[in-house]
Amino acid sequence: MSDIKKFLYVNRRAPYGTIYALESLEVVLIGAAFDQDVSLAFLDDGVFQLTKGQNTDGIGVKNFSPTFRALGDYEVTKFYVERESLAERGLTEADLQEITYEDEDDDWAEKPSIRVVGRDEMAAIMADQDVVLSF
Amino acid sequence: MKIGVVISEGPYTHQAADTAYHFVKSALAKGHEVPRVFFYHDGVNVSTRLSIPPQDERHIQKNWSALAAEHGVDLVVCIAAAQRRGLLDENEATRQGKDANNIAEGFRISGLGQLIEMGIQTDRLVMFGD
Amino acid sequence: MSTLHTVNKSPFATRDLQSCLDHCRDGDAVLMIEDGVYGALAGTAVSDAVSARAGALKIYVLTPDVNARGLPEARLSDVVTGVDYDGFVDLVTSHDRTQAWL
Repeated sequence: MSDIKKFLYVNRRAPYGTIYALESLEVVLIGAAFDQDVSLAFLDDGVFQLTKGQNTDGIGVKNFSPTFRALGDYEVTKFYVERESLAERGLTEADLQEITYEDEDDDWAEKPSIRVVGRDEMAAIMADQDVVLSF
Repeated sequence: MKIGVVISEGPYTHQAADTAYHFVKSALAKGHEVPRVFFYHDGVNVSTRLSIPPQDERHIQKNWSALAAEHGVDLVVCIAAAQRRGLLDENEATRQGKDANNIAEGFRISGLGQLIEMGIQTDRLVMFGD
Repeated sequence: MSTLHTVNKSPFATRDLQSCLDHCRDGDAVLMIEDGVYGALAGTAVSDAVSARAGALKIYVLTPDVNARGLPEARLSDVVTGVDYDGFVDLVTSHDRTQAWL
């Protein structure tokens, strides 16, 4: 067996109402140090984690959405967002923050981390993992 | 087979810690290894030794501590999640200047890296939450 | 290569069972545990959705949770197979990965 495992972090819950989204992000940040093959999946209410314009001043809770933009520096560059989940919630990709990474294999070209995928492709991504962590 | 377990909800309110307990007991009885159980989110609350359930109810923390003692299961409580929720071992209580600690025997507080390491080192990972 | 999916919430309270069924691949297994066992009842608003996938998927229910909730075996959908905790462990080891629909 290869030393590198495929880890998928499945995010299906909205931010702030519960702590799951924030504590999922904390696992991703720590996990990035382990040099595994990491992907993030956002589906169902999890797509709300990535919306732009989050302002938590009025609720006294830290806005952690900018942290997603820093993940590229930790080589976390695969954000799979489900198209059907967006559409069901009246969202499009334009409602999400722009998240990019610099591709070291392509002369550090800046590339989008978010990949909007259909439900079947999301199912295929899930089925291609060694470890699935659900938040 | 090596099976890792994550518990992500607290005791009594959610069934997760109970289901996980029955699952782990069965896995061990069937000859599988459960090297570690990782407690995350409100799951860290399972580790307090100050819980006093009514006598005719199961004692979730004691059940887990007994399992750790009998089978050497490493019960790891996430430090970041634990500190938010007021769960401290002796070292952390001293370091943070707190007047008490509350972690039960068999549990230890450590970092999230232990969760990732468990994912790498086990053949299967099973999550119990809500 | 197949996945064991676990669902622990009532399908009448959340969409977790539906989302799970929507993301299962042929040959996968779904195990209903805790309040998820209500998804195993026959003649409900969700039983058609479960039966529709029963050809391509194996559907299991955790019997101790069924019994705890007083659901008579006769009320369970006939596409659902009961397992105990030992059976749960066997399902985990006989599939390549486990995905919890929390």
